[in-house]
Amino acid sequence: MRSDKEGARAPLGLKIAAGLGLAFLHLPILLIFVYAFTTEERSYQWPPPGFTLKWFGVAWGRADLWEALILSLKVASLATLLAMLLGTLCAAAMSRTKFFGRESISLLIILPIALPGIVTGVALRSAFNLAEIPFSFWTLIIGHATFCVVMVYNNAVARFRRLHGSLMEAAADLGADGFQAFRYVVLPNIGTALLAGGMLAFALSFDEVIVTTFTAGQQQTLPIWMLEELVRPRQRPVTNVAAMVVALATFLPILLAYRLTRDGDQTAGAGK
Amino acid sequence: MTASASSAPPPALSPAVTFEAVSRHYGAVRAVDGVDLAIAPGEFFAMLGPSGSGKTTCLRLIAGFERPSAGHIRLFGEQVEDLPPYRRGVNTVFQDYALFPHLDILENVGFGLKMRGVEAAERRRAAAEALELVKLPGYGARKPGQLSGGQRQRVALARALVNKPKVLLLDEPLGALDLKLREQMQEELKAIQKSLGVTFIFVTHDQGEALSMADRVAVFSEGKIRQIGAPEEIYNRPRTRFVADFVGSSNLLPPDFVEKRLGARRWGSLRPEQIALRPAGSGEGAPARIASVSYLGATTRLGLETAPEEGALRLHAAVPAAAATGLALGQMVEAAFAPEAIHLMEDAP
Repeated sequence: MRSDKEGARAPLGLKIAAGLGLAFLHLPILLIFVYAFTTEERSYQWPPPGFTLKWFGVAWGRADLWEALILSLKVASLATLLAMLLGTLCAAAMSRTKFFGRESISLLIILPIALPGIVTGVALRSAFNLAEIPFSFWTLIIGHATFCVVMVYNNAVARFRRLHGSLMEAAADLGADGFQAFRYVVLPNIGTALLAGGMLAFALSFDEVIVTTFTAGQQQTLPIWMLEELVRPRQRPVTNVAAMVVALATFLPILLAYRLTRDGDQTAGAGK
Repeated sequence: MTASASSAPPPALSPAVTFEAVSRHYGAVRAVDGVDLAIAPGEFFAMLGPSGSGKTTCLRLIAGFERPSAGHIRLFGEQVEDLPPYRRGVNTVFQDYALFPHLDILENVGFGLKMRGVEAAERRRAAAEALELVKLPGYGARKPGQLSGGQRQRVALARALVNKPKVLLLDEPLGALDLKLREQMQEELKAIQKSLGVTFIFVTHDQGEALSMADRVAVFSEGKIRQIGAPEEIYNRPRTRFVADFVGSSNLLPPDFVEKRLGARRWGSLRPEQIALRPAGSGEGAPARIASVSYLGATTRLGLETAPEEGALRLHAAVPAAAATGLALGQMVEAAFAPEAIHLMEDAP
């Protein structure tokens, strides 16, 4: 998106500042990747004394890493699924009619994403305690679903608004019952928004630490596992290999979500 | 319900649409208030009224998007209040067209057939035929977003007609089109209605549109039907001041003025074209001063102000352009008309 083709060239100083800013944001990430290949396993020294692929092999053989990765994938998938169901229903209800207090309820739905994770975490933990629900895989999923719902809701509600009113009436008028109207009119129109919301929710859940810490039992998701690995250095570069996996597992869905909603008039991460 | 439907008289004898004391209230607001109505099969019927008069709510009651608070609605004799829109044999052309943005034109038109389980080949054939009827052949592969407003309107019409509805409802169908397109569509709609013989019910706030297209017109205000009749009847013999004022640009004559000429102490209406100009002092009409002159091509529209002893009325006269040449603002003339031209209305004096 270039506003002016010529005559709007940035001054050199600005270019340098922008370059430095980008470097500051992305060099540390690059370093993580570089250290996944280092031969030195105890400390991060620069430059790396040598390069090796052996850590990928080691990581592949670590059962604890696999366990954490699989748990994270499971939690993220189930939380996303739950969020897609609840978020879609929420969006459908909120866009259907105007009622007193609609804006307030809309704010309440979005709130979990705006609240600091620590508040959500503490609140959920005390709620589970009060209700005497033991911490488990399922409390973890519920915890993640609180903010995943927001991603789906935000994406779906904009589409629903466009959809409501006469389009639904037209479907009913042309002989579609409730299910057919959903299948042939609603779903095709909100499909990409749902998918985008789901992917963002997945990415968000996959690398979540704070709420996880408060709502998990003995479970160790991949980010928690990484945190623990950093504290006691043993085969340090394995953590970096895991970091690469996390980066890819979260970056790809976000990129896809962006592409899915780019040509529509909605932005996927508008509420983020 | 099925028992009563089977014991009902044969459909041919029943009106296409019947309202029996139908009301639709939203809290204290009486959107539709005790409406009785019978629309004959094959009729082109207009519901005319200002916005908020209840005409659109009546249309939505027939379509099934609203349920009456009281009263009964029948379609060809069958009571339908409890039927969802998709079981009524009625289709709607929506004001904003409501075309499905994710489907191409052919799929849009074929949507109703698909919902009824018509197979794909037959669906495409029928949809293409419907597009031909509305003069859009070959547009099937486009998306609604690629069409102009007038074309989308035609697609909406085709999408409704392809289902062979017994009654077609049109909600301000021409409201979003520019004048030239609107006049063209008026003629086409009329031609389509005549050739298909389907009952058309359309809602409009444009009295010209209602009078020129419909076989009969119902004039709505404040949730009630104020008058139902053929266009000439509505135009020439309005029953109330509201109808006279809303339909066309009638002159309202107060009871005093009417009593002097007809002896009856009633409100009267007088069409502008029934007033002729005579020179001042000829004694043939009411003395009046020319307050405005608007040249409209074939006719000239004059604003007249009658003398104080004639009630200081503001009258509008439509005279042939030739008869208005040489008139100046402020000039005194006489406004002449036959007393029989005054139509008496039912309002209390």
